[in-house]
Amino acid sequence: MENPPSPTQAPLAAVAPLETGDDETWDLIIRPKSGWLELHLEDLWRYRDLLWMFVRRDFVAQYKQTILGPLWFLIQPLLTTLTFTIIFSGVAKLSTDGLPPLLFYLAGTAPWNYFATCVTKTSTTFVTNANLFGKVYFPRLVTPISIVISTLIQFAIQFALLLGTLIWYLAKGEPITPHWAGIALMSPLLIAMMAALGLGVGIIVSALTTKYRDLSFLVTFGIQLAMYATPVVYPLSSVPERYRSWMELNPMTPVIEAYRAVYLGVGAFDWGALTYSAGFTFATLLVGIIIFNRVEKTFVDTV
Amino acid sequence: MPSDTVISVRNLSKLYRLGEVSTGVLAHDLNRWWHRFRGKEDPYARLGAVNDRTSKASSDYVWALRDTSFDVRRGEVLGVIGKNGAGKSTLLKLLSRVTSPTGGEIKVRGRIAALLEVGTGFHPELTGRENIFLNGAILGMRKPEIVRRLDEIVEFSGCERYVDTPVKRYSSGMYVRLAFAVAAHLDPDILIVDEVLAVGDAEFQQRCIGKMKDVAATSGRTVIFVSHNLSAVQSLCNSVIRMQEGTLVSATRDVQTEINLYLSNAQRGSGDFPKRLSAEINLNSLRVTPDQVASRSRAEITVSLEASVATRMTDACLLIYDAKGTRVAILDGRETGLAPMRLAEGRTDLVFEIATANLVPGTYSLGLYFHSGLTNVNLRDLMEMTVLETSAPGVPTYPAEHRGFVLLDFKTRWQSPDASPAPASV
Repeated sequence: MENPPSPTQAPLAAVAPLETGDDETWDLIIRPKSGWLELHLEDLWRYRDLLWMFVRRDFVAQYKQTILGPLWFLIQPLLTTLTFTIIFSGVAKLSTDGLPPLLFYLAGTAPWNYFATCVTKTSTTFVTNANLFGKVYFPRLVTPISIVISTLIQFAIQFALLLGTLIWYLAKGEPITPHWAGIALMSPLLIAMMAALGLGVGIIVSALTTKYRDLSFLVTFGIQLAMYATPVVYPLSSVPERYRSWMELNPMTPVIEAYRAVYLGVGAFDWGALTYSAGFTFATLLVGIIIFNRVEKTFVDTV
Repeated sequence: MPSDTVISVRNLSKLYRLGEVSTGVLAHDLNRWWHRFRGKEDPYARLGAVNDRTSKASSDYVWALRDTSFDVRRGEVLGVIGKNGAGKSTLLKLLSRVTSPTGGEIKVRGRIAALLEVGTGFHPELTGRENIFLNGAILGMRKPEIVRRLDEIVEFSGCERYVDTPVKRYSSGMYVRLAFAVAAHLDPDILIVDEVLAVGDAEFQQRCIGKMKDVAATSGRTVIFVSHNLSAVQSLCNSVIRMQEGTLVSATRDVQTEINLYLSNAQRGSGDFPKRLSAEINLNSLRVTPDQVASRSRAEITVSLEASVATRMTDACLLIYDAKGTRVAILDGRETGLAPMRLAEGRTDLVFEIATANLVPGTYSLGLYFHSGLTNVNLRDLMEMTVLETSAPGVPTYPAEHRGFVLLDFKTRWQSPDASPAPASV
């Protein structure tokens, strides 16, 4: 159906030959594929306000729907720790490196829970936000990063619980030797490492679940198993020597151990192992961001 | 290249794959990677190549958009029209970066904001105020900007009293108003609007259009507007592109002509004639002249009948329905002496002449009512009749959906109360 253009039609699309040399005069260029390393991380910075809005939303939405509100963040680890105390210490008689079991398990579960929550929550980024992502553009990475930050609130509460328990035991005269300077200096570093690793693993899974939905079942299950491969409910020192090097391949092992070392004065604080962890974390995060960036471009078409 | 070009689209294409996107089974894909890693053939593609015909395989892919190129200049209000599946939505998705193109490129100058939906990301548990910030941030506003415009947004939404109430307690109308208020205060250099105007009540739609007009007129911003609502396109846009089957058919500043062209193409497809009215009578065609009726002007509707034997007809009426199926008018042939009549064997054209089509611009649907002998037929949706705005009456008219059906001829005058006829009692 060709309609000859009438004389009144002023051509609007006087299409010039494809120009390539003037890219810098444009603010935004949308092309099919970009290089593997064109990550546009500066976009994230521009959307930092959105990041905080998401953090706020996650937090508010989470406690507004419950009766006990933020108390849940306290009750859950308390119950978990009590269960661990009864089963692993009371029944199975696992070593707690001579520490009060309650304190030992709190120091292990607080960081582990943070890591595990980061992974499971970020791993569903694409699936849970499909509708939003289909309607508006913003750097998709904002979403998983906001989850990692809002989960910090949960961690902070558990952390306060740990400190409270620690002080209570100290007041009772238990022979515990926390490194207060170490707590102040190492805490941010250890938290950052867990956050980065959780984010890295989570976004890799989230990118893969857009293709293979069954992976999301694997994550919940896998994270539970991974806890037992990490010295959370037992100290690394109780692991037989020949398995220990395998345990140390787990990047979370040095982190959890370092936690106990600075907070409770037991466990292996090893700069070498921590450096390995940091390297592993960085690599995971980088791979994660790259895969995530590939997927975010066309994800909307596949869901 | 002139620097006032704010969007340049070149050879833009988007390929969609129908059906399953991948094998969906991790094991298959792992096997595939392993084969490729060893430099071997894809085991599943090999299987597929034997089983599938080329034609079948290629039909799994659809070009939603193909080789589309156009420029948009600063201050332009560009309408995108076309039928469903013409590629309008795909174009919007690509422009708004929701998805990536398969080929070609888009270059943009300035900040671009897309409104594919009103209230994207609203969270029911958050208050109105919190949602303003959240939604604004999602749409790309910085926090200081939102703070600066907060009062304006709240005022525009008319939700002052409820701004600290969770939006889950809002009525749907309030919800939409609040959402649009945020969008309306976005202030991007380029605003892309999908058929968001289709939601909400008529008042809200009018407000949206008004606001969009303001945006374009006062600040020289660029608007790209996709809609099926041709009267909105007509009143809002100063240029238009027409899409068809994924390609751009035309781009022009002559919005009126282009819309007419689009309508006449759309109309050609409707109605399948001849239609059997009774054992003896066929309806060969139904014709409206001119193609698009200008409101308040003359129109002729020709009913072309063919009778196999001479038949007596007692009733012959032409019925006019609005787009929603409400009957607007009946042209009763008995009033003009057309019926009752004897329909001779062979072809007969009945012409209904409307001296002044006092109809509000819009799309109407034509029907027929016939009564002959033992049969009477009542046919609806035989054909569409498009009534277009005549030359502007000097003031901006209200949107068509506010104007009812009929245009009455009327005059107004000033009259001082003293001059009015004295009441009888005094």
